[in-house]
Amino acid sequence: MTASPGQAPIPVATSHRPGQDPVLDIRDLSVVYRTPGGDVRAVDKVNLSLAPGEVVGLCGESGSGKSTLVYGASRLLRAPALLTSGSVTYSGRRVTKPVDLLRLRADELQRLRWREIAIVFQSAMNALNPVLNVRDQLIDVIHAHLRMPRDEARERAGSLLDLVGIPRSRLRSYPHELSGGMRQRVMIAMALATDPEVVIMDEPTTALDVVVQRDILAQIVELKEQLGFSIVFITHDLSLLLELADRIAIMYAGQLLETGTAAEIHREPSHPYTKGLLNSFPSLRGPRRDLAGIPGSPPDLRDPPPGCPFLPRCAYGTSACEEVDMQLLQVATSKDPEHVTACPFVLPDTPAPPPRADRQEIAGQKIAGEPT
Amino acid sequence: MSFILRRLVFYAVAAWVALTINFFIPRLIPGNAVQNVMAKFPNLQPSAYKALEALLGVGHPGSIWHQYVTYLDDIFHFNFGTDVSQYPAQVSSLLVQTLPWTITLVGVATVIAFLIGTALGIVAGWRHGGTLDRVLPGLMFLQAIPYFFFALILVELLAIKTQVFPSGQGYADGLIPGWHWDFISSALYHSVLPALTIVLTSIAGWMLQMRNVMITTTGEDYVIAAQAKGLPNRRVIYTYAARNALLPQLQGFGLAVGFVVSGAIVMEIVFGYPGIGLLLLNAVTSNDYPLMQAIFLVITFAVLLANLVVDMIIVVADPRARRREATS
Amino acid sequence: MTAVLPISAEPAAIPREDARPGRWRRMPAKAKVGAILLGLFVLAGIIGPLVAPYDPSFQNPSPALSLHGPYGAHLLGTTQSGQDVLSQLLVGIRLTLELAFIVGLVATVLSVLVGVTAAFLGGVWDEVLSLLTNVVLVIPALPLLIVLLGYFQTKGQTATILVLSLLSWPWGARVVRAQTLAIRNRDFIAAARETGEKTWRIITWEIVPNEVSLIAASFVNTVLYAIGASVALAFIGVTNLNDLSLGTMLYWAESQQALQLGAWWWFIPPGLAVALIGTGLVLLNTGIDELGNPRLRDAASASRIAGRWLPPANPTPVLGDVSQRRGRLAGFLHSFSRSSLLDETEGGRAR
Repeated sequence: MTASPGQAPIPVATSHRPGQDPVLDIRDLSVVYRTPGGDVRAVDKVNLSLAPGEVVGLCGESGSGKSTLVYGASRLLRAPALLTSGSVTYSGRRVTKPVDLLRLRADELQRLRWREIAIVFQSAMNALNPVLNVRDQLIDVIHAHLRMPRDEARERAGSLLDLVGIPRSRLRSYPHELSGGMRQRVMIAMALATDPEVVIMDEPTTALDVVVQRDILAQIVELKEQLGFSIVFITHDLSLLLELADRIAIMYAGQLLETGTAAEIHREPSHPYTKGLLNSFPSLRGPRRDLAGIPGSPPDLRDPPPGCPFLPRCAYGTSACEEVDMQLLQVATSKDPEHVTACPFVLPDTPAPPPRADRQEIAGQKIAGEPT
Repeated sequence: MSFILRRLVFYAVAAWVALTINFFIPRLIPGNAVQNVMAKFPNLQPSAYKALEALLGVGHPGSIWHQYVTYLDDIFHFNFGTDVSQYPAQVSSLLVQTLPWTITLVGVATVIAFLIGTALGIVAGWRHGGTLDRVLPGLMFLQAIPYFFFALILVELLAIKTQVFPSGQGYADGLIPGWHWDFISSALYHSVLPALTIVLTSIAGWMLQMRNVMITTTGEDYVIAAQAKGLPNRRVIYTYAARNALLPQLQGFGLAVGFVVSGAIVMEIVFGYPGIGLLLLNAVTSNDYPLMQAIFLVITFAVLLANLVVDMIIVVADPRARRREATS
Repeated sequence: MTAVLPISAEPAAIPREDARPGRWRRMPAKAKVGAILLGLFVLAGIIGPLVAPYDPSFQNPSPALSLHGPYGAHLLGTTQSGQDVLSQLLVGIRLTLELAFIVGLVATVLSVLVGVTAAFLGGVWDEVLSLLTNVVLVIPALPLLIVLLGYFQTKGQTATILVLSLLSWPWGARVVRAQTLAIRNRDFIAAARETGEKTWRIITWEIVPNEVSLIAASFVNTVLYAIGASVALAFIGVTNLNDLSLGTMLYWAESQQALQLGAWWWFIPPGLAVALIGTGLVLLNTGIDELGNPRLRDAASASRIAGRWLPPANPTPVLGDVSQRRGRLAGFLHSFSRSSLLDETEGGRAR
């Protein structure tokens, strides 16, 4: 397992209980932005399921659609976004029967939001109301979903801060008076205010420095063990997910490329993109190797090329890749029966191709030693 | 206190600039201004002429610096001199008579227009692209009409053709000003049309501005987060979106105070309303220099004061401004 | 025009000068209407005095032609002293527009100079210039103008132009300064400085081109303000009453009791002209604003989906949902039926 130098590895408890209904089941979800210049397919028929108590990592570069997926699932995207297909089924403890978020009326959605599915936003400075103090914002959330008298609500607000390790004196502070780490903790406290089943974390530590990052991540794991919620953890940092997540889903250009347990993704990456991601950060142990990024940039989502969107940047790409229908196929050699990949050609033991100066030229040619 | 203190210093500087402008302008008048005034008002006492000369810097009564200091001294003692056109009234007493009319009319009408316009703007901004937005081009047209033009049409329709409201003045002829119902009701009756004009011509501006700020604010992360939190819609609109949008709107109000006053001046002239605007016009047409000077100063100081009040409101409303105070 | 303020006093986003072609095509409809309206009046201003049927100041002594309504020989009727209203209008448009455009030009140049200098030089210069800007900003312009015009007996247009320009530049300066500050910290400026480009070159070729939308909006606003102020001043009667501007027309019409005597053709056209010019300017400004601030523009066109408008802050629409057209009453009734949510399954599978 990889870890940053000088830090203790983050404790991970496996809590995936296969065979149980997923608490959040996103099926076939597509998000489209209707712009004057054409429809932008930001998310294209993506599946994601979350079991109770599980941590699912959603990994991808910016523009991959990972944030759009969860915001679309929560129906928080603004015009010109449109959900064109799919369902988002929630089956937590507190609902009598599974409910499709996409079919709910506005008032039903409002009751379900946060109480069951909470979100920790990326930039706490921007996500907190600048003119209200911490206590008022916490009480807002409490009052919106729980019926309790004022002083009880105040007490709960205080105990929420205790939960995340912030002194109660900070209840009267305004967001701009808190440090970055403290603001993020307040966001987490707010997310847990109504004891939700699912907490979606959108790059919660990206804007923080490394030391604070580790603290907050440790805190998150601790809270999860304590309170038993499931997490969807969005980040571009795959190394983080390898430690933190039970399962990992890799997205690119609005499509899912690979899904599997963290261990298997690390051991047997079955998509060239995943391999590329794994190669772009160093490991503490193991042999020295050359670091390589992934040159190039994601495609224009208004006019996606046929087949695999990763083709222009793929070291293994051939003209056959233009015919790929992006169906997720089971990886036979994986220990994880649910390990799937969208690439029908590249298996875990495929040798890496020789480094090429211009990878763009590979598309459309058969290369020597083409994998079966 | 640093924020308020800095603003106070700024207003002090602005006031000083206004005072100095006021001091120098009469001295730049070409030709023999004193003779003109004497020709118009031959019945003044010699002391009045002397005062006028001192005002205009004619006849070299001491060095410029000495004059300046005397001038400032007079101002601080509220001694604006003796009026010329309504001799022997003191300028300050004329001001005291007319100021309350202007302040009540303009103050109340502007606040009403601001409140209604802002409220409409909140709705228009939140429901961007909806029915209220379709009214926008019409509102822009309304705002572009010269407000006195609008006033005259209103007068024509509501006062002359249909006799619903009086066509001018502050109160009915023959009434003596005082705190009795006859007078007050007449004053209120006479203030309806001017107030209505002010409100109708300025509402569009406030609404447009609030709408635009609301649109930007509604797209902010904390509003989306508030919706994600499942907060009731009302709370999101008012406490999360509008309360933040109000800050730039208030700043805009501060900037607009000068315009509001300018508009009010013309309004008074159109309606013959006995406020400071009408007084200014009369002073100008009769070359009553002491009065002109004093009115300009009073108006400027009122604007500065209003700005200061708005600044203080902003400090109360925006915790970030308070922070600048606390930490400096 | 009691409150004439720039529509966005502080820029919310840095307007990126689009390299995309077709800036005209991309302007929203209302801005195009504004531009055309304005264009018509500018045209009238240019050729107006040349095509005016009569000398506008010629007073016809014939009593039959005093305050005559519109007819063939006088399309907009006559004034109290037999002058042709149409000719006066045409000349008045030119005079008013001339004044306003000159003021706009001078004030905009001043505001750009002050704004860019203050933002670029920073430090003490910024403090001093900002102080100057704010002081001129806070001093009420119209009373000062009235007093100044009252002191100086020569009431030519030059005085008005001068004073209006000197009092209206702060608005633009503030906005330009804020924008320049934001741009100044961007990388491409740092890069230009690193490569040793001279300061004035950086200002002229890198900074100013990025602020064109802003400067254009500021210019339009100043013109708007100048028209309002000059018409108001003329109407009160403190400017030269022999000038034939739109404001003076209104002054004479009012003082001769045109409206009360029923001579609407003397009073309404100049006022309407001012209103239409003003509307054109404001509409144009909206277009420039939306060009520069994408959020305003996108939000306008974006909230119509499948031909139906939805409040932008509503939950993200689902395709099946939206295509179901339902009136308010039907929707209200619908909200009572729980099962109906599951009825809409077919609509969701659109692809």
